[in-house]
Amino acid sequence: MAVMESAASSPPTIRRDPERRLIAGVCAGLARYFGIDPLWARIAFVVAAAAGGFGVLVYLLCWLLMPADAGVVPRRLPWSGRRASIEVGAGAGLLLLALLLGLRATGIWFSDAIVWPLVLVGAGAALLWRQSMSDAPADTQAPAPDTRDPTPARISRAGLGVALVIAAGLVFLQATGSLSAARDVVLAVLVVAVGLSVIFAPLIARLIRSLSAERAERIRSQERAEMAAHLHDSVLQTLALMQKRADDPREVAALARRQERELRSWLSGRGLEQPDGRRLASALDAAADEIEREHGVPIDVVAVGDAPLNEAGEAAVAAAREAMLNASKFGGGSPVDVYAEGDERHIQIFVRDRGPGFDPVSIPDDRRGVRESIIGRMERNGGRAAIRSAEGGGTEVELTLESEDR
Amino acid sequence: MSEPRIAIVDDHQLFRSGVRAELEGLVEIVGDADGVDSAERLILDSSPDVVLLDVHMPDGGGVEVIRRVAPKRPDTRFLALSVSDDAEDVIAVIRAGARGYVTKTISGQELADAVRRVHGGDAVFSPRLAGFVLDAFAGAPPAPSSADDSDLDQLTPREREVLQHIARGYMYKEIAHRLDISPKTVEAHVSTVLRKLQLSSRHELSRWAAERHLLDADS
Repeated sequence: MAVMESAASSPPTIRRDPERRLIAGVCAGLARYFGIDPLWARIAFVVAAAAGGFGVLVYLLCWLLMPADAGVVPRRLPWSGRRASIEVGAGAGLLLLALLLGLRATGIWFSDAIVWPLVLVGAGAALLWRQSMSDAPADTQAPAPDTRDPTPARISRAGLGVALVIAAGLVFLQATGSLSAARDVVLAVLVVAVGLSVIFAPLIARLIRSLSAERAERIRSQERAEMAAHLHDSVLQTLALMQKRADDPREVAALARRQERELRSWLSGRGLEQPDGRRLASALDAAADEIEREHGVPIDVVAVGDAPLNEAGEAAVAAAREAMLNASKFGGGSPVDVYAEGDERHIQIFVRDRGPGFDPVSIPDDRRGVRESIIGRMERNGGRAAIRSAEGGGTEVELTLESEDR
Repeated sequence: MSEPRIAIVDDHQLFRSGVRAELEGLVEIVGDADGVDSAERLILDSSPDVVLLDVHMPDGGGVEVIRRVAPKRPDTRFLALSVSDDAEDVIAVIRAGARGYVTKTISGQELADAVRRVHGGDAVFSPRLAGFVLDAFAGAPPAPSSADDSDLDQLTPREREVLQHIARGYMYKEIAHRLDISPKTVEAHVSTVLRKLQLSSRHELSRWAAERHLLDADS
């Protein structure tokens, strides 16, 4: 795919490698540049960090100076996730504190006036950078839309970072005894800062604009790459398979239908993982797809509305699956129609074939599927199953599930 | 009734020749066209009874063809064909004036049958279209702006029942039998639904896609 190739063939500058990152991909990028295992680079940084915090500083500098690979999708931080990242952060902080105290006790120490402010600055900077990194579409691949809103958690994180940096400055000044002198300086600095910001405001604004343009471009190229990857994985593969199986029309038709279903659900976004578990329409689609693949009988699913599936809902889908299976086996190869209606309170599923039909009163004992897996299963879960069939008129299975607490 | 004269409009050469081969001998094919402009010329020149119309084409698709031609050829009927099943597109072409919608996977025999029914003045609903319509008319109707158009914004229980049966894969004749009404009555119900679909001001119909999107994001 074009996007990937152009990234790989660009001249070999040192770039961060967000695809294999643990934090920002600095070590991975350096290791790739020097052709070594990223583990060695990481060990080197940890050792350097232990030697008075030097490594941490260098790491932050590298993070700042090294550009990330263009056009690649950063992998999720291996240790991220809300709960986990808090725990990891707290653990890392405590470890660092222990290390520093240990060093202080053994005398490998610059001075309190330098190390503690540095630690605070480091922590604050880390928070702020983490914040601005996740502003890029990078960290969160899946639920993109909400990450750019200023949620309270994000604001408080940024605020904490700023507070830490300021605290570091105060601690430093206090420790060097120049806090009172600093007060006079602050005014002067403030005046200069205001002046500078007025002078540089246009420049900064332009910089921000170009950054956001770059970000938009990155999102676009990411979407292109995703689309290309999908077409490659699914459509091209299927087309290749169909050419190979050209002598078996049944198999070709089955392949084509499967691909069609997959593409449809991808286009409609139904194939996406839903946060709240399986839903009626996509679960029925999946069941139909599976049975169609096994038996080669086309199954058309039409769903009106949708509903999340609880235990009883799953049972209804399982019963519908069984009904589709029967329709495929005994329906004489005629297409099977599945129609489902669902909302929060009720689910109704119809499975219909146009086969020879049978007398539902005299279900043979060997047709356990009907008695056990359809009727029994529905009744155990507080639902109903009705089977309508007539000689020569096809068969329809109706599954109904109604509940107060859904 | 004489055999309907039909025109095929689709921008895919492969599909046009496929449909031609399947319908050969079943109906009279007066010509085919590969785009909006050529379709306009073809239909104005040959005045077919039924136009098989692809929903998706460059330069506006099936909707644009109907928009240009329908006022000049009021007797020509349109049957929409599509692979996409995208509710928004399908509803749009129906609202523009198509008398029915079928998917491209339909067999030649079924397609010829659908063409004859459209020619005879019926509406042709595929199970999927019936599903879309039920979805669109689900929920409470919007507050009617005046008394006489309120009935356009919701389906009667009977119409709902008929649509559900179509979605379940029943033919008109079977539906008539099951509901104990005449096939003519079933057709009348479907035609009424089609009219509601075309005239209703429900915003589900005009703003289908956006609405769907919001619902999906909320749930």
